[in-house]
Amino acid sequence: MKGRDTMETHTDAAGIKLGMWIFLFSEIMLFGGLFVLYAVYLTTFTPDFVAGGKQLDLSAGAINTIILLISSFTMAASVTAMRRETKKKALVLLGLTLFFGALFLFNKYVEWGHKIEAGIYPNSPSLAAGPPGANIFFALYYIITGLHGLHVIIGMIVIGFGAAKVAMRGVSTRTHTLVENSGLYWHLVDMIWIFVFPLFYLVI
Amino acid sequence: MASHLEETHISSYKSLFGVLLALLALTGVTVFASTIDIGSWNVALALLIASVKASFVALFFMHLKYESRFLKIMFIITLMFLGIIIGFIFWDVSFR
Amino acid sequence: MSTHHGSFFENPSPARFTGVGSWLLTTDHKRIAILYLYSIVSWFILAMIMGILIRVELMFVGETIMGSQTYNALFTLHGVIMIFLFVIPGIPAIFGNFLLPIHIGAADVFFPKLNLFSWYLYMAGGALAIASLFSNGPPDTGWTFYVPFSLSSQTNVSLTVTAAFILGMSSMLTGINFITTVHRLKAPKMGWFKMPLFAWSVYATSWVQVLATPIISLTFLLVLIERFFGTGLFDPNRGGDPILYQHLFWMYSHPAVYIMILPAMGIISEIIPVFSRKSIFGYKAIVISSLAIAIAGSLVWAHHMYTSGMSDVAVFVFSLLTFVVAIPSAVKVFSWIATMHKGSILMTPPLFFALCFIYLFSVGGLTGLVLGAAGPNIHVHDTHFVVAHFHFVMFGGTGFAFFGGLHFWWPKIFGRMYRFKTAYISAVLIAVGFVFHYIPMFILGLSGMPRRYHDYLPRFETGNFLAGIGGFVMVAGISLMFFNLFVSLKNGEKAAADPWGGTTLEWSTASPPPVHNFESKPEIKSYPYDFSDVYKKFN
Repeated sequence: MKGRDTMETHTDAAGIKLGMWIFLFSEIMLFGGLFVLYAVYLTTFTPDFVAGGKQLDLSAGAINTIILLISSFTMAASVTAMRRETKKKALVLLGLTLFFGALFLFNKYVEWGHKIEAGIYPNSPSLAAGPPGANIFFALYYIITGLHGLHVIIGMIVIGFGAAKVAMRGVSTRTHTLVENSGLYWHLVDMIWIFVFPLFYLVI
Repeated sequence: MASHLEETHISSYKSLFGVLLALLALTGVTVFASTIDIGSWNVALALLIASVKASFVALFFMHLKYESRFLKIMFIITLMFLGIIIGFIFWDVSFR
Repeated sequence: MSTHHGSFFENPSPARFTGVGSWLLTTDHKRIAILYLYSIVSWFILAMIMGILIRVELMFVGETIMGSQTYNALFTLHGVIMIFLFVIPGIPAIFGNFLLPIHIGAADVFFPKLNLFSWYLYMAGGALAIASLFSNGPPDTGWTFYVPFSLSSQTNVSLTVTAAFILGMSSMLTGINFITTVHRLKAPKMGWFKMPLFAWSVYATSWVQVLATPIISLTFLLVLIERFFGTGLFDPNRGGDPILYQHLFWMYSHPAVYIMILPAMGIISEIIPVFSRKSIFGYKAIVISSLAIAIAGSLVWAHHMYTSGMSDVAVFVFSLLTFVVAIPSAVKVFSWIATMHKGSILMTPPLFFALCFIYLFSVGGLTGLVLGAAGPNIHVHDTHFVVAHFHFVMFGGTGFAFFGGLHFWWPKIFGRMYRFKTAYISAVLIAVGFVFHYIPMFILGLSGMPRRYHDYLPRFETGNFLAGIGGFVMVAGISLMFFNLFVSLKNGEKAAADPWGGTTLEWSTASPPPVHNFESKPEIKSYPYDFSDVYKKFN
């Protein structure tokens, strides 16, 4: 008879992975709601969205896209390293992932800083006085990138926790499961940005 | 059914790097495509390329290619659900 | 009944805890179910009191016992508590938690600690809801929190939507837990189509919980962001569209009603065969219709919005789809009745509640068609017709199924049997009170009495007065019912492992079950509703 004794340590890695995937489906729907709003407002305010997109820093957006893609690679590679039971490589790759994550956040912080200085922030006078479409564009911009940034932070915490466990306990079924599942979360965060980038920075 | 000795596919560093290169290339393509004005098709094209990139991340980085059929189906269903609610809201917004 | 190792009451899990700690730190799904039982029933009773206060106010024209601000806060809280703290979590958190692992032959859910965490999230959400009663006062927006009022109301809207957000997280984590449990811990010999229908219903519900709840989480998050940062996302003066809020809100809240009803239907599908001594009619049809309801029910949300200002095309499309979603529900009603037909009926309190369910849910469902049809909807939207409709389906439906489940599984959970006579009296009081309480509301609504109004025109007074009387009868019945159940914990006769003649796995283990659910490996029958042995035992 199958079961989970709380004192038992045998791990059903596939089950834990399934649980994580289902959680990721819920995250897709969470951001999905914001994409619903974006889709509607894009069609309502197309010219303002185009203008808004032009006001965003394309190179910052592109660089952030590249940063996240690379971090996704290092994350996936760290899973390979775990599976091959090469602890050191895994830690290096996890460290790199965290580094790129931090870089992304820093970049975003600078970007937001510029916008705020320019008077573009939620409920700012210039947005309130300007075209309504621009207000909506930047409202969505801040909300979506903000929520996304929050997920980057959470992802980094989870990955960091996993890396710490690997450092302390080495490679095992449990630490491998931890790394693999935090990786899944991280890839989702990357996937969301893959859509955010063109929708905000490349609107034509 | 739980199986503790499941076959877990190990992606080589080489193959993962190849996927990264493809993703970076597609990023370049999408930036370039945005400079060409094809009207309302720009958004569709950007979303198409983004979807391809996202599939690469899902299939290879997230190993979805090597997961169960059930998981793949539920992933698609989730996306379809999202697609449908976005689509359906246009019954309202497009015809006001 | 095995007394060798004692029940889960005597054996905490994890074993190292004792006393209060063995409850507050438990990871045993059965104990967690009981934690939920006490907290959920407490919230139900609180919201019920709010409900009866509302009806007392409405019994007479003019101000009766409260001013309009209090009235607005009461119907808001009544809705928030009933929906987010009772009807949505109720059956999955209590019966799903207790029975799902047992139904599939497992020792617990897949993520036991996450399960306990879900309960703590539930309690945290509840605590925040209580906090909203103070300082600026509870919200007065209705449980739907429509913009723009929810953004400008000076009451504790932020606290309440945060509470609902946290409750949503609890709901989602439970859904994840249950789905993983079914996939990974189902007994090897139990194929998908050998799972009990209650397990199926909890499984289908869990998918809706996982996929739909995030949308309301986001919606409430946006309310918070708007209240604190004022981005103007729904402000027409700054480009926003308030109707989009309604779309987002109902994209969850309509599937939510299927979260409410699917597990309830699962309970009915368990009770009816047992007391008909007959296999469920159309097992596969019921499974498929559950999935069909989950899917189709996600596509009809805007039938709450016909008068909102959305396009006529949308009104047409959503109305059409609403008619479609009624079909799988009807399939189930036919299946239950066909199950009873030519069966050997044994009347018991659970069956009584189940029969009330079938009747009340059908009436509620049919009135849903009146609302779903765009034309009549214009006439009855935001009237008491709506109030009666959703109380018929959510209370006459889910509520009665909940009561039925309590009476069906009470002996299994607590090892004690309640008094049948008192149970019948309480059930009759509830049913009769219910009918006299809500049917006048259909008529009042059709006659034009709006909902959420503190006062009304004098010609509506008779109906409201009658409804109030019905309400008191109902509340008396409910109080008697709970009294009867809880008194049995001390005075009730000890219950057998199988007091009813059931065929699903919970009846093959002791009442209450041992901590790991089964003393020895459970025998998986070829079909979960095979009553041939029951016949031999009870005839």
